Amino acid sequence: MNVTLLAILSLAALGIVLAIILYVTAQKFKVYEDPRIDEVEAALPGANCGGCGFAGCRSFAGACVSGPNPEGLFCPVGGNSTMAAVAKIMGREAVEAAPTLAVLRCNGTCDLRPKTNTYDGASTCAIAAMTSGGDTGCSFGCLGLADCCNVCQFDALHMDPVTGLPVVDEDKCTSCGACVRACPKGLFEIRKKGPKSRRIFVACRNMDKGAVAKKSCAVACIGCGKCEKVCEFDAITIANNLAYIDADACKLCRKCVEVCPTNAIHELNFPPRKPKVTAQVAETIN
Amino acid sequence: MGNKFFVSLAPHIHGGDSIEKKMYGVLIALLPALAVSVYVFGVGALVVTGISVLSCVLFEYVLQRFVLKVQPTVTDGSAILTGLLLAFNLPSNLPFWIILIGAMAAIGIGKMSFGGLGNNPFNPAIVGRVFLLISFPSQMTTWPNAFERSYVDASTGATPLDMVKNHFGDLPSFSELLMGQSGGSLGELGALALLLGGLFMLYRGIITWHIPVVILLTAFVSAFCFSLLAPESFYAYQTGSSLGNALAYAGFHLVSGGMMLGAFFMATDYVTSPMTPRGQLLYAFGIGLITILIRVFGAYPEGMSFAIFLMNGVTPLINTYIKPKRFGEVRK
Amino acid sequence: MKSFSIGGIHAPENKLTADKATVTGALPSQAVVLLNQHLGAPATPVVAKGETVKTGQIIAKASGMISACIHAPVSGKVLKIDECVDASGYKKPAIYIVREGDEWMEDIDRTDTFVDRFDWTPEQIREKIAAAGITGMGGAGFPTHVKLSPPPGKKAEVLIVNAVECEPYLTADHRLMLEKGREIVMGLRLLMKGVGVTRGIIAIENNKKDAIAYMKSLVSADMGIEVVALKVKYPQGGEKQLIDAAIGRQVPSGALPVDVGAIVQNVATVFAAYEAVQKNKPLIERIITVTGKTLSAPGNFWMRLGTSMQEVMDMAGGLPEDAGKIIGGGPMMGKPLVSLTVPMTKGSSGLLVLPNLEAPRKEIRNCIRCAKCVDACPMGLEPYLFMTLTQHEEWDKLEKERIMDCIECGCCTFSCPSTRPLLDYLRIGKQKVGGIIRARNQKKVG
Repeated sequence: MNVTLLAILSLAALGIVLAIILYVTAQKFKVYEDPRIDEVEAALPGANCGGCGFAGCRSFAGACVSGPNPEGLFCPVGGNSTMAAVAKIMGREAVEAAPTLAVLRCNGTCDLRPKTNTYDGASTCAIAAMTSGGDTGCSFGCLGLADCCNVCQFDALHMDPVTGLPVVDEDKCTSCGACVRACPKGLFEIRKKGPKSRRIFVACRNMDKGAVAKKSCAVACIGCGKCEKVCEFDAITIANNLAYIDADACKLCRKCVEVCPTNAIHELNFPPRKPKVTAQVAETIN
Repeated sequence: MGNKFFVSLAPHIHGGDSIEKKMYGVLIALLPALAVSVYVFGVGALVVTGISVLSCVLFEYVLQRFVLKVQPTVTDGSAILTGLLLAFNLPSNLPFWIILIGAMAAIGIGKMSFGGLGNNPFNPAIVGRVFLLISFPSQMTTWPNAFERSYVDASTGATPLDMVKNHFGDLPSFSELLMGQSGGSLGELGALALLLGGLFMLYRGIITWHIPVVILLTAFVSAFCFSLLAPESFYAYQTGSSLGNALAYAGFHLVSGGMMLGAFFMATDYVTSPMTPRGQLLYAFGIGLITILIRVFGAYPEGMSFAIFLMNGVTPLINTYIKPKRFGEVRK
Repeated sequence: MKSFSIGGIHAPENKLTADKATVTGALPSQAVVLLNQHLGAPATPVVAKGETVKTGQIIAKASGMISACIHAPVSGKVLKIDECVDASGYKKPAIYIVREGDEWMEDIDRTDTFVDRFDWTPEQIREKIAAAGITGMGGAGFPTHVKLSPPPGKKAEVLIVNAVECEPYLTADHRLMLEKGREIVMGLRLLMKGVGVTRGIIAIENNKKDAIAYMKSLVSADMGIEVVALKVKYPQGGEKQLIDAAIGRQVPSGALPVDVGAIVQNVATVFAAYEAVQKNKPLIERIITVTGKTLSAPGNFWMRLGTSMQEVMDMAGGLPEDAGKIIGGGPMMGKPLVSLTVPMTKGSSGLLVLPNLEAPRKEIRNCIRCAKCVDACPMGLEPYLFMTLTQHEEWDKLEKERIMDCIECGCCTFSCPSTRPLLDYLRIGKQKVGGIIRARNQKKVG
C-alpha cells in the first residue's frame, strides 16, 4: 500500500517538475510567428513545387504575410481561387491573373526532322545538350530524352513515342515552371491559357537563317515575316530569324496560322475549319 | 553525307573491364580451395557446393524475373560467387534443406531486398551464413572430421579453433593446417590454397593488398599480444618459451578457421567494403581485431563472419568520413 | 622513373603513326576560320565580305584581356562571315575564305633555314607571340601571351614543355620533336627569356625513346634546359599532373600552376613561338594526326587551319566504310564530331576514326562499388559519388567534395567495369556547381 502510494506521488511530483521546466523553456525560447502564416499555408496546394519562386509553400506563405507588396506573389498551381483565399486571410484585394499553361515550342517530330547522327551518351537531355546540338540538323529543337517529363510533379508531361516529343496534359498542367527550368533548350514557355483554352503560338525556337532552318526541319520557323505583316494587332515580332507571338496582344484571329508557309504556327483548341488544316496541325490539336 | 556517326562525350575508349571479368576471376581464384575441400570431404563437399550454387542462381533468377520484374542478371557471375562463398561457410554434411534456406536468406534478404548487385549493405554470403548459424546452431557447428568423404553419415568432431579455445583434443600440426587436413567448413581448410587464390586476385588486379594484408596483420598482432599477456590461457602449441608460444598462437589463428577465406574473399567484396584505400585500412583493422576478440573472448570459437558483418555495417560511415588523398592537399 | 603520384590508367597506346614522317597537306579550296579557337572572348573580324586577303594576314583581332588574334590561313577572297558547326556540335561564328592561289604576306620568312637570333627583349618576344595569335595547342587553347605574363606578385621559376602526348593514338607532338627539335629548343629558350626564368624542362613520356634521345642531344647544360623522361601513364599531359611528375610539386585546389612557380606550354606551342619570333609567321598551320585502325593511310599532316575535316580525312585515304565515330582529338578527351564539315582549329591535334564495332558505348549497369574510379582518379576524387549526387542534384555537397577539381580526363569512365557514364554526369555537376560559384562571387563583388 505504502509502496504504491509512494510510487504514484513520486511520479506525479516528477511530472509536475518536468512540466514546469518545459513551460519555462518554451516561454524563454518562444519565437513569435504570425499565425496567419499557418493559415495561408493551409490554403496553398502544398505541392512545394517551387513554381512561385520560393523554396516551398511555407516560405511563400511567409512572404505573403510579411511582404507589404502582394505584386509578383502568385501561386501558379492554385491559381486565382487559391490567391483569393489567401487574400481573404490577409484582408486585402486578390490579385487576378490569367490562367497559364506550359506549351512546347518545338514541333520537330521524328519524321519532320531527319536524324543526322546517333546520340550514344547517357539518356538525359542535359548531357545530350552538352555533347552536341542534338541528333538532328536543328540545334534548337527537342532532344527527346524526357528531362521535362521526369521533373514534372503533376504527371502532366508524357513522351509521345511516335513523334518523340513531350505532350502537355492541359488538365493536369499547373504551370509551375519546372519543365521550363529543366529543358536545356528552353523550349517550354508558360503562356496565357486563353479563352476556352484557345492559344496560338510559334512552335519553333530555331534561330538559323531560313534556308538552313528549313533544311534541318520541315516545320521550322524560317523568319519569313509573312505572319508579322498579316497580323493586324502588332502581336508578332521577328528577331533572329524567329517569329514570336505576344499572347497579350494576340486576338486569336488565326490569320497568321493561314499564311505560315511551314506550319510553324500552332492553334490549339479551336473548332475545326474546312480549308487546309494539315495533318500536322490536326495531330497537335488532339 | 549518309553516315550517321555515334556521338557521345569523351572518353571514347573503355578499358574493357566488366563485372563478369571480376566475378569469374574470383571464381577461378576459389578453385584451388574447392579442390582441397573436395579432396578432404569428398562427395559431401561436392553436394553442398552444388546445392548452394544452384539454389543461389535459381533464387536470383526467380526473384528478378517474377518478383522484381527486371532483366535477370544471373550470367554476371555474382550469384554463382555468392553460392560458392556460402558453401565455403557450411559444414560438408549440412542437410540440403538448410542449404536452401541459407541460399534464400543470402540472395533474398542479403541481396535482392536491397535492389540487387551493388546495393546490398552486407555481403550476401555472410548474411546467409549468419542467418543459418543463428537459426540452426547445432547443425552449423558440428563439422565432419577430415577425410570423412560422405555426405550423410560422416563422423563429426571438433575444429582446431574449438580445441584451442577449450584446450582439448589433438591439434593438427601447423603444416596439416596449411594443407587443409583438418575438420571445419568447406572453406576453412587449406590456407595455402586460399592464399594462392588470393595472390592470383592480387596479380589480376581484382583486389588490392589493403584489406587482406591489414586483416592478417591485425589478427596476428592482437593474438600475439593476448597470448603474451596471459600465456597460460591462450596457447596453441607448446614450444617451451612464452614468446614462442605467443608466436605459434598468433600463427595458428592465421591459418585456422575462416581467416584466409574471410581476408581474401569475403571482406574484399566490392559492394560492402569501403571505397577509399584509407577507409579500407580502417575497415580491415576492425575486422582483424573483432575476429580475434570473438575468438578469444566470445561464445563462438570462430568470429570472422561476425566481424565482417559488423564492419560491413560501418562501411557507409567510413565512406562518408574517410576521403581519398586529394591532389594538392596541403600536408598538415 | 618519375610520374605523377595519384591514380592514373594505362590505356592501349595504339600509336599507329609514330614512324610516319609528316606530309604537307593539300591546300583547302575553302577555309572556314572560326572566331573562337581559344579560351576566352571570340576575336573581332577586321575584314569584310568580298575583301581579298593574303596568307598570314590578320583577319580578326583579339578582343579583351583573354583572347587571341586570328590570321588568314590561305589567300583568297572573304566569302562571308557566317556560322559554322564546330567541334562542340553548335554553330559558331566563322570567316569563310575561298582560296585563290597561295600568296603570302611579304614579311613572313617561309624558308626552312634555322634562325638563332637571340637579341630580342622579353617584351618583344611577348608582343610577337601575341601578334601571331598563338594559343595552347594541346586542346584547351589558352592564349599563350596571357600565360607568359603571370599576375602581379607571382613569379615563375621554371617553364615546363609538355611533350608527353599521353593520349593514345596521337603522334603529332612526337613527330614534331623528331623533325623540328632544334626549333623547339630555340623556341623554349625564347619563351624562357620572355617569362624571365632560367630553368626549362622538356617532359617526354618514355614510349618516345627516339625523341628523348634526340632532344637530349640538342640541349646543353648552359641553356638551363633539361630533358626529363617520364613513366608512361595517362593523364600525364594534364597540367597539374605534369607539374607533379616533372618537379614534384602539387598545385593546390583552385590555384594556378604559377602559384607553385611553374608555367606549362605544349611542345607545338613552343614551336609556334619559335616561328612567330624568328620567322614572323603567325599560327596558321599545324600538325594533325589522322588515325584509326581501319584507315587506309593514317599519317601526320601539316594542314592549314580552317581546312574541313573531310579534306583532312582525304589526306589519309578517305573515310573508311565502317567508320562509327569521328573524334576531334584523342580518344580520352577528344570531342565527338557530328559530321566532317567541322573545320580544323588551333587545337586540333588529331582526327581519330573508331570503327563501328568499337564506337558504341556498352550497356550501363549497376554500380558495384568496386572503387576502380576512385583508384583511377588522378585528382583523388570520388567519381561514383559525384554521379549519384548529380543525379540527386545535391550541388552544395558536390562543391564540398571538390567536384571543381575534376580535370575531365576520363580515367573513371575508362576503368568502370559497369560501363557507367561517370564523366557525363560529372560534367553536368561541374557546370551547375561552377554556375553557382560564379553567381555567389558576383554577389560578393556587387
